[in-house]
Amino acid sequence: MAQASVAQDHQSSWWHRNQQQITPWLFLAPGILFFLFYVIFPIFQSFNLSLYEWDGLGQAEYVGLYNYEELYWDEAFYTSLKNNVIWLLLYLLAIPAGLFIALFLNQTVTGIRLYKSLFFFPFVISQVVVGLVFTWFYDPTFGILNVLLGAVGIPPMNVLGDENWVTVGIIVAGLWPQTAYCMILYLTGLNAVDPEQIEAGRLDGAKGWKMLWYIIVPQLRPATFIAFVVTIIGALRSFDLISVMTNGGPFGASRVLSFYMFEVALSEYGFRMGYGAAIAVVLFLIMLAFIAYFLWSMYKEEKAR
Amino acid sequence: MFPTPIERTPRSWQVTYQAFLPLALILWLLPLIAVAIFSVKPDSDFANANYWGWPSEFKGFSNYWLVFTASDMPQYMLNSFKITIPTVIGAVALSCMTGFALGIYKFKANIWIFFMFVAGNFVPFQILMVPVRDLTLQLGLYNTITGLVLFHVAFQTGFCTLFMRNFIRALPFELIEAARVEGISEWRIFWFVVLPLMKPAIAALSVLMFTFIWNDYFWAIVLTQGVESQPVTAGITSFNAQYRAAYHLMSAGSIVAALPPVAMFFLMQRHFIAGLTLGAVK
Repeated sequence: MAQASVAQDHQSSWWHRNQQQITPWLFLAPGILFFLFYVIFPIFQSFNLSLYEWDGLGQAEYVGLYNYEELYWDEAFYTSLKNNVIWLLLYLLAIPAGLFIALFLNQTVTGIRLYKSLFFFPFVISQVVVGLVFTWFYDPTFGILNVLLGAVGIPPMNVLGDENWVTVGIIVAGLWPQTAYCMILYLTGLNAVDPEQIEAGRLDGAKGWKMLWYIIVPQLRPATFIAFVVTIIGALRSFDLISVMTNGGPFGASRVLSFYMFEVALSEYGFRMGYGAAIAVVLFLIMLAFIAYFLWSMYKEEKAR
Repeated sequence: MFPTPIERTPRSWQVTYQAFLPLALILWLLPLIAVAIFSVKPDSDFANANYWGWPSEFKGFSNYWLVFTASDMPQYMLNSFKITIPTVIGAVALSCMTGFALGIYKFKANIWIFFMFVAGNFVPFQILMVPVRDLTLQLGLYNTITGLVLFHVAFQTGFCTLFMRNFIRALPFELIEAARVEGISEWRIFWFVVLPLMKPAIAALSVLMFTFIWNDYFWAIVLTQGVESQPVTAGITSFNAQYRAAYHLMSAGSIVAALPPVAMFFLMQRHFIAGLTLGAVK
């Protein structure tokens, strides 16, 4: 009995001595395992899969870099890539637009809090619903867009049926919630702007644009950084709106990589998992550039503190 | 404050601003106002091309009644709740633990594990799509709510860990040191010292996750099909296919589908915004 209690003592003191080393791993284990299983491994699996021809059911056949070679000759791939670039560029408009609305709402009048939250509304709603509503707006037979265009003498147009306009039309729908998001980021940022610097600027005669550009915007850097990150990621992830509004059409003109990949891998066109994986790898590498930049800035900040 | 506080501007500008506010709001929310008006119109208005005009009569009750009785909407809503609630609980619980480990302890791999979570959270869904779908099929969880929940929990743990870890980092570390000096075990420090302090973060993350998961569409169509397991976002699109020209029903359905996250946002607004803007101020 005495021995048992010694052993227990020994054990508990071993635990006691090492618990600060072991505890973090016990806390991390479930999260890390889950994440590796569902997120990290699948990334590598997709890389591997892109070297195979596979219909999702039968035997996968190793084809080396053939899928990438096919991608190189694939017109639809270039259309998607071009649209991804358009998305990236136009989506960034959400940042100045959000700043503009934030400045407009940054006052203390009665009811302003309600205004702020109502302006934020579009972000809370599913993109599926947003897509549906904008589809009605653009409808060539009854859409309100054509009613408004007619009022200023412009002939009616079928935005979602026009190869040249369809991507822009979808992006406008996407900009609506994204602008709301950036607005909230900037409203919070504006709260933290140093009033003394503004006063100093006023004494030096800075007003309006000059004040905004030289004194306010530099202080909003953290908000701008986050707005930039979420907008870029959002632009590259765009899928819901395209799927709901046009299903990639007309004639594939509104496809982006994320949608084209889905189409290739999971639709009646083919179940070509390997080819889809190759498209996903390209999209991943593009996003990786931004992720790396983001992590790098985080790393610098971590080291600085 | 910038721009100049409105009280310090000329009276005329103050009046203009006050008048402009509601006008701007109406313009901004025009798409939503349109759906709301669509949803109370009678069917005949659409047949008579009265799309954007005032409803000829109020049919809100019967439109909404139809959505609830003659469509699959209630089932989709129920599915959405069954997916969203366990996901929120799971992802928040896991990330409380990972956030605690990464925020409190110093060990070599700390920053790399943290970066793994952050990077994974920004990955495009498409690179995960085929393997995750395959994995779910192999586990026999394809087209089940459990399958969808498990994936969501795993994926959202990335964002939630980023959030929790940064929040815990900002807590006063002396509290933990004091507890250690008292000889309190690490587990009890987590449970009795840190967790109570994390309440605002837990609230913020919960509303945020609720909205994200409720609004998910991509994984819903990749991992499920059919009325038994699909959430309301996927439901709306099949609703759309079914009632193509029934704009009044579509609108009523969309509003019903959008309501839970909207209600959540209004109830927990402060937390929601605190969650979204994490890091936007320094």
